[in-house]
Amino acid sequence: MIAKAGLLWQLFWSFIRVAPTAFGGGYAMLPVIEREAVHRRNWTDKETLNDLLSLAAAAPGGVGVNAAAAIGYRVAGSPGSVAAVLGMTLPTFTLVLVLGFGFTLVADQAKAIAALQGIQGGIVGLIAMAAWRMGKAAVFDASTLVILTATLASLILTPIHPGWLIAGGLLIGSAVIAGKGWLGLAWRLERPKLEQQEEHVYPEYYI
Amino acid sequence: MWELFLTFIKIGCLSFGGGYAIMPVIEYEASARDWMSASQFHELASLAGMAPGPIAVNSATLIGYEVAGWGGAIAATLGMALPSLLVMIGLSALLVRNFELPLVRKVLYGLRPVVAGLIAYAAIRFLIPLAGAGWLNWSFLGTLLIAAGSFVAMAKYRVHPLPVIVSAGLAGIILF
Repeated sequence: MIAKAGLLWQLFWSFIRVAPTAFGGGYAMLPVIEREAVHRRNWTDKETLNDLLSLAAAAPGGVGVNAAAAIGYRVAGSPGSVAAVLGMTLPTFTLVLVLGFGFTLVADQAKAIAALQGIQGGIVGLIAMAAWRMGKAAVFDASTLVILTATLASLILTPIHPGWLIAGGLLIGSAVIAGKGWLGLAWRLERPKLEQQEEHVYPEYYI
Repeated sequence: MWELFLTFIKIGCLSFGGGYAIMPVIEYEASARDWMSASQFHELASLAGMAPGPIAVNSATLIGYEVAGWGGAIAATLGMALPSLLVMIGLSALLVRNFELPLVRKVLYGLRPVVAGLIAYAAIRFLIPLAGAGWLNWSFLGTLLIAAGSFVAMAKYRVHPLPVIVSAGLAGIILF
């Protein structure tokens, strides 16, 4: 009982240490997670961790929170998951509220508003960067190009809930793959490896 | 508060592809529920982007605080994290080892272009309110310039996001 509580505390504390390194998105912290989980605590081996991380990247939610949940589960079951996710969430929760308060203190200063507007421009650049990387990983044949164009067009032109587009992408993507297989056409699921490697970081690095 | 929690649970379930792709969904829900205006949302999102951690969870925290104080911040953050937690517990329990990667990759085939579209749309949405007074005004062009500069710095010179954000803030102080 006491050993278990100690383990949960260790999980919680480890992820509190990992979370603030996540500047610029979840993928930036994966090396830190590896150092903590594999080398420092001996919770898993590297191969299992890689499996867990690809699962974390595919499931809904941020990759960091998902990775914490998956590692926590392996180490100490469902309570371990909860402890790890709480550890992962708490530091950024506190930091973002402090930032919010800090901004309300200076919000009546013209130059503070100017700085925030400049940062808004920087964020647009950051998001455009993420879209660019994601687009490069996603679009490599006619059907993926059509899906991308259709998504953008319906977002700009119609008041559709974006959730429907996500569901639509899932369905249409699977239908296209099934259809191509049925017709005996060649299909592939990803951009060929060679081109992917020159990218040298994860396509979703900044998300 | 309950409404905040439920709304962010719904958003959390949809957040395939991580933070930026989900921003249009959060904006859609926030304006549909009259929580805040578009420009207020973009102000909060900029603050959220400055803090470490996923921009979507950070935005949830700030929106929750704006709408219902401390309780709201906690409710929104928990709502956002809970679906990830449950899905991951479920998946880990089912697929302890050697899970079906080909299936995951088939699902991602159709999902990735949608996610790319959503992210691109999130960037466009940030710029639209600024162009409200016409496309050729100083604040719109200045922001566009900063955005383009940040993009080039990261895409071409592989600058880390942190110095990019700091210089964007400095550029804002000089330009506006």
